[in-house]
Amino acid sequence: MRKFLIRAAVITAIMAIALPVALFASGGKEQGGGAAGGAAKYAIVFKNTGNPYGDRQMGGFKAGIEEQGFQAILRAPDQPTAEAQIQILEQLISQKVAAICIVGNDKDALQPVLTKAMGQGIKVFSLDSGVNPQSRLVHVNQADSEKIGTTLIEAAYDMSGGSGDIAILSATSQATNQNLWIDFMKKTLAQPKYANLHLVKIAYGDDIRDKSVSEAEGLLQSFPNLKVIIAPTTVGIAAAGKVLTDKGLGGKVFLTGLGLPSEMATYIENGVCPYMFLWNPIDVGYLGAYTATALVTGKITGKVGEKFTAGRLGEKVITQAPDGGTEVLLGPPFKFDKNNIEDWKKVY
Amino acid sequence: MVERSIRVERQWSWRTFLFQWEWLLVLIFIAVNVVNSTLSPYYFTADTFLQTPMTFLDMSFLVLPMTMVIILGNIDISVGSTVALSAVVMAVAYNAGLPMVLAVVLCLLVASACGFLNGLLMTKFKELSSVIVTLATMIIYRGIAYVILQDQAAGKFPKWYSALGWGSIGKVPLILIVFAVCAVVFGLLLHKTSFGRKIYGMGSNLTASRYSGVNTDSIIVIVSVLTGLMAGFTALFLTSRMGSTRPNVAQGYELSVIAMVVLGGVSTSGGKGRIAGPLLAIFIIGFLNYGLGLVNVQAQVLLIIVGLLLILSVLVLNVRFGGRYKRSVPGAAKKLATQEHPSEKSP
Amino acid sequence: MRRSASFTESFRELGLLVFIIVICAIFQIRNRNFLTLENIQDLLTNTAILSIMSVGMMMVILTRGIDLSVGSTVAIAGMVSALTVQFFRGISPVVSVVEAVAVGTVVGVLNGLLVARFNVLPIIATLGTMNVIRGLTYVVSGGAWVSSYQMSRGFKEIATGELLGVSNPIIMAVVINVLFFYFINHMRTGRQIYAVGSNPEAADISGIPRRRIVWLVYTLMGALSGLGGVIWVAKFASAQSDTATGFELSVIAATVLGGVSIAGGSGKVSGLILGTILLGILNNALPLINVSPFWQQAIQGVVILAAVLTNVLVKRNNQRFALRRRAI
Repeated sequence: MRKFLIRAAVITAIMAIALPVALFASGGKEQGGGAAGGAAKYAIVFKNTGNPYGDRQMGGFKAGIEEQGFQAILRAPDQPTAEAQIQILEQLISQKVAAICIVGNDKDALQPVLTKAMGQGIKVFSLDSGVNPQSRLVHVNQADSEKIGTTLIEAAYDMSGGSGDIAILSATSQATNQNLWIDFMKKTLAQPKYANLHLVKIAYGDDIRDKSVSEAEGLLQSFPNLKVIIAPTTVGIAAAGKVLTDKGLGGKVFLTGLGLPSEMATYIENGVCPYMFLWNPIDVGYLGAYTATALVTGKITGKVGEKFTAGRLGEKVITQAPDGGTEVLLGPPFKFDKNNIEDWKKVY
Repeated sequence: MVERSIRVERQWSWRTFLFQWEWLLVLIFIAVNVVNSTLSPYYFTADTFLQTPMTFLDMSFLVLPMTMVIILGNIDISVGSTVALSAVVMAVAYNAGLPMVLAVVLCLLVASACGFLNGLLMTKFKELSSVIVTLATMIIYRGIAYVILQDQAAGKFPKWYSALGWGSIGKVPLILIVFAVCAVVFGLLLHKTSFGRKIYGMGSNLTASRYSGVNTDSIIVIVSVLTGLMAGFTALFLTSRMGSTRPNVAQGYELSVIAMVVLGGVSTSGGKGRIAGPLLAIFIIGFLNYGLGLVNVQAQVLLIIVGLLLILSVLVLNVRFGGRYKRSVPGAAKKLATQEHPSEKSP
Repeated sequence: MRRSASFTESFRELGLLVFIIVICAIFQIRNRNFLTLENIQDLLTNTAILSIMSVGMMMVILTRGIDLSVGSTVAIAGMVSALTVQFFRGISPVVSVVEAVAVGTVVGVLNGLLVARFNVLPIIATLGTMNVIRGLTYVVSGGAWVSSYQMSRGFKEIATGELLGVSNPIIMAVVINVLFFYFINHMRTGRQIYAVGSNPEAADISGIPRRRIVWLVYTLMGALSGLGGVIWVAKFASAQSDTATGFELSVIAATVLGGVSIAGGSGKVSGLILGTILLGILNNALPLINVSPFWQQAIQGVVILAAVLTNVLVKRNNQRFALRRRAI
């Protein structure tokens, strides 16, 4: 008992000395208040660090924000989890940023914290990987989700010669945009034109390199008549490209999907992947920057039909999104093939 | 007859009192707060100290039983998966029509059952180390969660449920109150009951404890069930904070929890450590995370800082004060060398 | 009498072996293409990195330690060698391999320093270095990655090249396992590792250089992780900062599955190889057996649990059998 009392007394004494010292150290600095002094702050939160695609996107966002004279904050967790993003979002709310652009790791899990942000006057919108309509004012989409689905099926149709087995190699089974695109792909396949194309399997590589390789090899072993692999994820398509190249299956099994030009350069040049699609992540981030400022100035409120100017990208209009909310589109997906890969592989 | 009390504890001195791991942690905690306050004007507010714990306390429920597990000399890496499974079961059950209160109870039951299974495997198959048992169950539990919920999310909970993770009583967050109660309970269990003494004994020397009549099997099972139960608490609060759940929640929680426990001075060779240490470690890491995040330090830099913190804190104590973590082998060797052989003593 | 004693001994991991055979049979039934030469080649190539690193982990665990930083070591070693190739296209792949091993060795020496010299608990030390090295990988690469077109053909052939029809990684794994077998069973330092883990105090008093052995063990683990790193980036023709995140768990699983005791001091190479192969089969064959991907993880967990339980039950049976034989 005595020991406990002494310990408690000592701790209290130290706290009583240390706290005022700390207060004194931070005293004189401004506390709270919106965009006090300096430039207003705009934040973007990506899915994870160490992701060059994400870095380009955040870079585009930063360029767009600084172009307009404000300060950009770029954050990403080291693990691609929703829990980590919630922590970052709390920190941004405390910093009283003007707007938050979120590239979500989970469609629904961020709803409570984003609602809290919006409740404090922060403008919240999603980019690339969306969150549910209740968590955002608007979604910035790189390309029409339906269009991505139909374009990829068209490519598979073209490469397979009109008929045959095709398979999809996706990321994680939980990824929002992946599932959206896969849904549209299935819908497209239901059309009579594609009656001879059979989707044999949807495999999940979890965006992990070695798992994607195993799944790709599994597809080849399980379905000897496989003609095309569609991989709408940058890690999956690169893994499949390496597997097909190593096994010398170029010309027998074809590959398409969404991939980074730098990662896919080798496989496009050697013919394993005749062509693939993506968009410029720098432009996506840039568009996000202008969406942010437009929301903060009140130029748009996220309703269908509203228009705003996005710097060098010109005028953009808000449209209805498939999930019930609204979205802004960057443009159609961009095609990469033998002719242009040389130029683009150095950009991103 | 004069009553003599036998002194079983060492002579109390300022030196031994202050040069303890927990004091070092208190100093680190104060240092973290000072650094954070100078870095950002947003840090030193009442809001920070009251509201921020909400962000990291959900994981912290696991630190309490993990302290016991590690003092026992075991380890449990299946806690994240237990959280996921119990959360998924709760969500699916609620959406299938079960009243929310019952769903909450179901969550705690499932979580405790997961813990019970761990304990059962560890005691019935003593050849297996806790590492391999919890490794297997880690994969199985999350695997079951994937089978149940596949690629969907389940949520849409009633309004009052979000108050668990976001609500406050007055200015104090509900989660902080619940955590404080649990911490006190675990602290009492560990330090003031015979149950706790037995855990320390088992951690120091399992065989000796068993031969001394301690029912080691039931203690391991009880600790495992407690671990499961706390995982259930984590599931409740985490799901409340996210408003929905998926099979992939709480990934990586086990390593973070273990890091907090070892930073708290609990030795993984068993038998050493106090509850106060990990409690301090929770707040150190939590506030460090928050404070550095306020000035937007990049994630990879934070990784390096936390890693260095872990290493340096151990180094300081080991190198300067010898502490309780220095292997006393050279000392033992010397002792044995200078000891006289009993048979050489004159008859 | 002696012959039958050693017979029972070598069957310590019999349970695991039988289990693997049964699993292979089941998988073969589900998918005819499982036991084809090509699939087995793929399986072994993919497991090669795991095998190389589990050799190191076995040594670490034998000394009652653990190394959680191996995933990060793979990442940084791979990244450094990939970056070098990106800027100096002409260098020989042998130099790349040496470079990666060197980087891994530095990490290993650091771990060894903390554990052996400063008496930091292995789990704390390697948890710390895991974070620090991962952070450094991001810093060194600047967040960028190295892609296939930036790597020389020679570099990529570290992993895709073949010798007499067997791929390079498999050859490296076999060589390392053979060397390790000889080292741990027939060389003095190797045997001393067992002693250090079995009873550190006794080892110290017996004159075994305990600290040096512990340091050596972590250094070797680091070197092997470095080798694993360069094979990894060459195999996938891509070096990223988040390479091999969580891989340490797979390595530990492979080692412990094979019967290496986490309490230190016991474990056989035969068990290690079986454990690695089982894990390799699980990682590679699950996509082949035509089950819903949502069942894959649950199946993997059940198989691992069943494998270890089978092994335990067979061992118990063996011991009872052995006792009965010795009844007078």
